Amino acid sequence: MRAVCWAGKENVRVEDVPDPKILNPRDAIVKVTSTAICGSDLHLYDGYIPTMEKGDVLGHEFMGEVVEVGKDNTRLRVGDRVVVPFTIACGRCYFCRQQLWSLCDNSNPNAWMAEKLYGYSASGLFGYSHMYGGYPGGQAEYARVPFADVGPLKVPDHLTDEQVLFLSDIFPTGYMAAENCQIAPGDTIAVWGCGPVGQFAIKSALLLGAERVIAIDRFSERLRLASQAGAETLNYEEVDVLDALRDMTGGQGPDACIDAVGLEAHGATLDAWYDRAKTSMFLATDRPHVLRQAISACRKGGTVSIPGVYGGWLDKFPLGAAFAKGLTLKMGQTHVHKYMPLLLERIERGEIDPAFVITHRIALEDAPGMYRTFRDKDDSCIKVVMKPGAVSQADRREGV
Amino acid sequence: MDANIAATRSSSISLVDAERSITFGAGVLLLVVGASRRSAAGTWLAASSTPLIYRGLTGHWPKIFNGHADRDGTKSALAGPRGIHVQESIRLEVPIAEAYQFWRRLDRLPQVMTHLQRVTETGNGTSHWVAKAPGGMVVEWDAEIINEIENKLLAWRSLPAADVVTAGSVTFASVRGGRSTQVSVHLQYAPPAGKAGALVAQLFGDEPSQTIREDLRHFKQLLEAGEIPRATAHT
Repeated sequence: MRAVCWAGKENVRVEDVPDPKILNPRDAIVKVTSTAICGSDLHLYDGYIPTMEKGDVLGHEFMGEVVEVGKDNTRLRVGDRVVVPFTIACGRCYFCRQQLWSLCDNSNPNAWMAEKLYGYSASGLFGYSHMYGGYPGGQAEYARVPFADVGPLKVPDHLTDEQVLFLSDIFPTGYMAAENCQIAPGDTIAVWGCGPVGQFAIKSALLLGAERVIAIDRFSERLRLASQAGAETLNYEEVDVLDALRDMTGGQGPDACIDAVGLEAHGATLDAWYDRAKTSMFLATDRPHVLRQAISACRKGGTVSIPGVYGGWLDKFPLGAAFAKGLTLKMGQTHVHKYMPLLLERIERGEIDPAFVITHRIALEDAPGMYRTFRDKDDSCIKVVMKPGAVSQADRREGV
Repeated sequence: MDANIAATRSSSISLVDAERSITFGAGVLLLVVGASRRSAAGTWLAASSTPLIYRGLTGHWPKIFNGHADRDGTKSALAGPRGIHVQESIRLEVPIAEAYQFWRRLDRLPQVMTHLQRVTETGNGTSHWVAKAPGGMVVEWDAEIINEIENKLLAWRSLPAADVVTAGSVTFASVRGGRSTQVSVHLQYAPPAGKAGALVAQLFGDEPSQTIREDLRHFKQLLEAGEIPRATAHT
């Protein structure tokens, strides 16, 4: 089959790889109908995440049709149309039972690697380095889904792929970020980063009853999209964000702040057992700018919610400010399994159409160039959806 | 291999009296059996009883198992430089009886212990163990269960004349108000000198505690999730 493979820093290729097979009793194989490039894939593209290997299949946002199921998988049938959560969870360990699905004990075959770094390992992830399990990802024609009797969500036929695809990651991620703010009526929420997760955090904060959302970015098309959702916007290249937030909230500060930017903008990366990570860390130590700013901006007793991905040790982290103001910090990979059903209901009720973030629709074969376009935010790129079956631009030009 | 490898994660849990007596009993048994064998293996086995007896008396493993190895203590406990102790524990969401039954059926252990090829029960509490060593070699030994308390404890030791002198115990405890089960393994082994010793040393790798921790993780995965996760056909 064809698959988008990591080949090194800033090097992504579409290659022929073996078709996935059922390996475990609870598995399923999904024929991918739609898959997306996530902002966190750009951390892999830019070489920030250690334990990537040449040839690793990328992608953790995907959906499709079940074409094969393992012998113990009694929940899925061939032909089911499903969205697959990017976190892999067994559904039976202590953490899964607590609805902390992204912290599953049993889904990372390389848990020992993460334990060396973090003390304990979180769940395995699709297409996101060997430290997170080394699972082949979903930017491919087919994908093997472990524990497919608890993960994939069946979706009704009357909803399009584009309406439900983002249940795999960014919609639940933005929603959990907003839910973590424990929004009370009248609250003002500030959101740093108006990429796809930021956009869903903005929409979710409003759905959850925020009175005002203030969105912070520097790209006009992203600020425009935030504004269309109902947010007030700040361009941090034009205004002093801290001053502006203070003014807009009568000197009190936002009730909660969401950092939807993450490690790359801030440069906190992984530790030394992988040499390149160490190098990256030294290159990047001076950039946890947004998280520092969110902590400074937040009102006393407020919440800083962090859906943006962090990997290692932050330099000059203002814990003193967080302590002095009695802040609550909430973070972590999204417990996608928990949110998928309730967010599907919101989509079905017409409260939100997640397709609003899509700017680019391409064939799988066109992935390599699009990674760069997305990374550089060229062509007003916000969200890329790929169709494995579609005709590539090159083929189209040649009239194939 | 390095001399005194002592690994543990949670060894300071006090034992209830019953368990303490059992540990003490197992230690005494090891001592008696070991001392009655007038061989190097017997000596080691006898020496290996020291921590069990110590724990039986005090309720705690000796300090050397807490990673603060002190050479004199290690020597007296292991009677030689090559004895290896590993202690690891894991918590899982299955009833204690289910966890116990998995271990009691020794022939299932190779499903979770990567270095084991097969374990065959040979009657009267004895068993034959075959382990994979690098280069297609195998190491074999006979062992017997020396203590068994349903849903609480299993302890075994290798029989005399085995290539590997080994003793171990696994204890089962109900935790988190009875909702979870904690399984703790204490394994001792003392490979002989020479080629067989080198093979045995390689069985457990450079980090025996890591090897046992991975085995326990597989055990938990198999019982909790029903399968051991694999990323690709090659893993």
